Amino acid sequence: MTAATQLRLEIPELKNARHTELHPELNRAHVRFVGLGKTYHGQQGPVAALHGIDLAIQHGEVFGIIGRSGAGKSSLIRTINRLEQPSTGRVLIDQVDISEFDEDRLVALRRRIGMIFQHFNLMSAKTVWQNVELPLKVAGVPKDQREKKVRELLELVGLQGKHAAYPVQLSGGQKQRVGIARALVHDPAILLCDEATSALDPETTQSILGLLREINQRLGLTIVLITHEMAVIRDICDRVVVLEHGKIVEQGPVWEVFGNPQHEVSKTLLAPLQHALPGELQSRLRPVPPSLDAALVLRLQFTGSATDEPDLAALFSALGGRVRLLQGGVERIQGHALGQLLLAVTGSPFDAEDVCQRASQWAQQVEVLGYVV
Amino acid sequence: MWFDRLLQGFIDTFLMVGVSSLIALLAGIPLAVFLVTSSKGGIYEAPTLNRALGAFVNLFRSIPFLILMVALIPFTRLIVGTTYGVWAAVVPLTIAATPFFARIAEVSLREVDFGLIEAAQAMGCRRWHIVWHVLLPEALPGIVGGFTITLVTMINSSAMAGAIGAGGLGDIAYRYGYQRFDSQIMLTVIVLLVVLVAIIQLGGDRLARGLNKR
Repeated sequence: MTAATQLRLEIPELKNARHTELHPELNRAHVRFVGLGKTYHGQQGPVAALHGIDLAIQHGEVFGIIGRSGAGKSSLIRTINRLEQPSTGRVLIDQVDISEFDEDRLVALRRRIGMIFQHFNLMSAKTVWQNVELPLKVAGVPKDQREKKVRELLELVGLQGKHAAYPVQLSGGQKQRVGIARALVHDPAILLCDEATSALDPETTQSILGLLREINQRLGLTIVLITHEMAVIRDICDRVVVLEHGKIVEQGPVWEVFGNPQHEVSKTLLAPLQHALPGELQSRLRPVPPSLDAALVLRLQFTGSATDEPDLAALFSALGGRVRLLQGGVERIQGHALGQLLLAVTGSPFDAEDVCQRASQWAQQVEVLGYVV
Repeated sequence: MWFDRLLQGFIDTFLMVGVSSLIALLAGIPLAVFLVTSSKGGIYEAPTLNRALGAFVNLFRSIPFLILMVALIPFTRLIVGTTYGVWAAVVPLTIAATPFFARIAEVSLREVDFGLIEAAQAMGCRRWHIVWHVLLPEALPGIVGGFTITLVTMINSSAMAGAIGAGGLGDIAYRYGYQRFDSQIMLTVIVLLVVLVAIIQLGGDRLARGLNKR
């Protein structure tokens, strides 16, 4: 979380709006969902996209919402700027319920909430400059102020030389930079990112995430992003919720969810980032030792509850015998060491139970996977 | 004398097509915008009105021009005071061209990616901003293309109008070329029409291509 100044939504017409009584902790929340539900009425009858969502997003935080496709991420993020009207429950922004806003208040609200999209959604008939200028133009900002602001933002996103280009002439990463500049042109307090990097290659994804992080730190705005890629959450988010079938199945600081995922969906989503046993070894794994010289295969998990990376020398001498590294990796997320090691232990003087006992001094979770010859 | 007659015919055709197409353009675009935005999920959603207007447009679209023209004679007399000449032809031509063009423009407007409308809403556009700054500019190349088609169709229809005494190139071809077997006149009219249509099509295509930044 950043310590930057907290931006508040200032909507003049809201002075007399009904403020909802809340627990003091939640009173400081920037965005809050209370019992939020969304039901679509499709051809085959009603479909519940969201169910009893209760969630608080704090000022200045980068908040991630992850889930498989169809989990309800898009619907959820769209209720924040009312592109989606909730069926039940409320959305509070700075403690103000936005569900009953009329067009005037919605327009004012949306000017304080920027949004970027997976497919960029730039106007093809307008130049880069005109695209970024559009939100100011429709708000009736005078020309000289518009010019200053657009110039400033195109510089922030690194597109100084592209003012007169049309979107078709830009690469995906450049298009998203235009999208970001356009979203920030009203100095919003919240930035919504709808799968903002899903259409980009890994390298461009990194540069866009870097830009978002920089914006979060420099401008102190709250970022809410949805994605189906755990790597995006790892690289940029402070906290994360996991959605499945329109419900929250897991939430917490990113390092906690990464280090010790509880729900099946979180584990599935994390799988591509984890070090699995090589397939060839997996197939040779036996539940009981086939011979006396069989190697014991262990999985050591570092769940981030210790802030230090594992001490390998101490670990190996504690296990005894010959210890081989099969697969592994440890990374730091929010200052916590997270990861796992897959080890094969042979010729240890201790039995399996003992080995686990000894390993657990150095790792938070130890699991015997089996034996291989 | 032949030259004068042809020139007069050309001017009459030009007037009939020009005036009726201009009115069709001015009336057709708002009609198309309304047909798109009032449909289900549109920004000015009004399904009942949308269906009623759609049926009305289809009604006029399904009547062949020759029949429409004759059927509209009382209405034409009411509007322009005569049923003979260029201005009398403008009335049925406009009434045929407007729904025709509106439907073509509607298709172009409907093709505007919904993501762009969503982005416009998210940036704080009011609904008329979306029409003016997003829908119309994004659909403009298609609308220009559609207007070109409308113009060419109107030249076609204006020749039929010639049959009820509207004048124009169609009238000359019919009276001199058909009734008097003057193939020279017939050929000249054909060449003139081909050139006219080619110029319109070429100009329209070029304009649409220039406007298309995709």
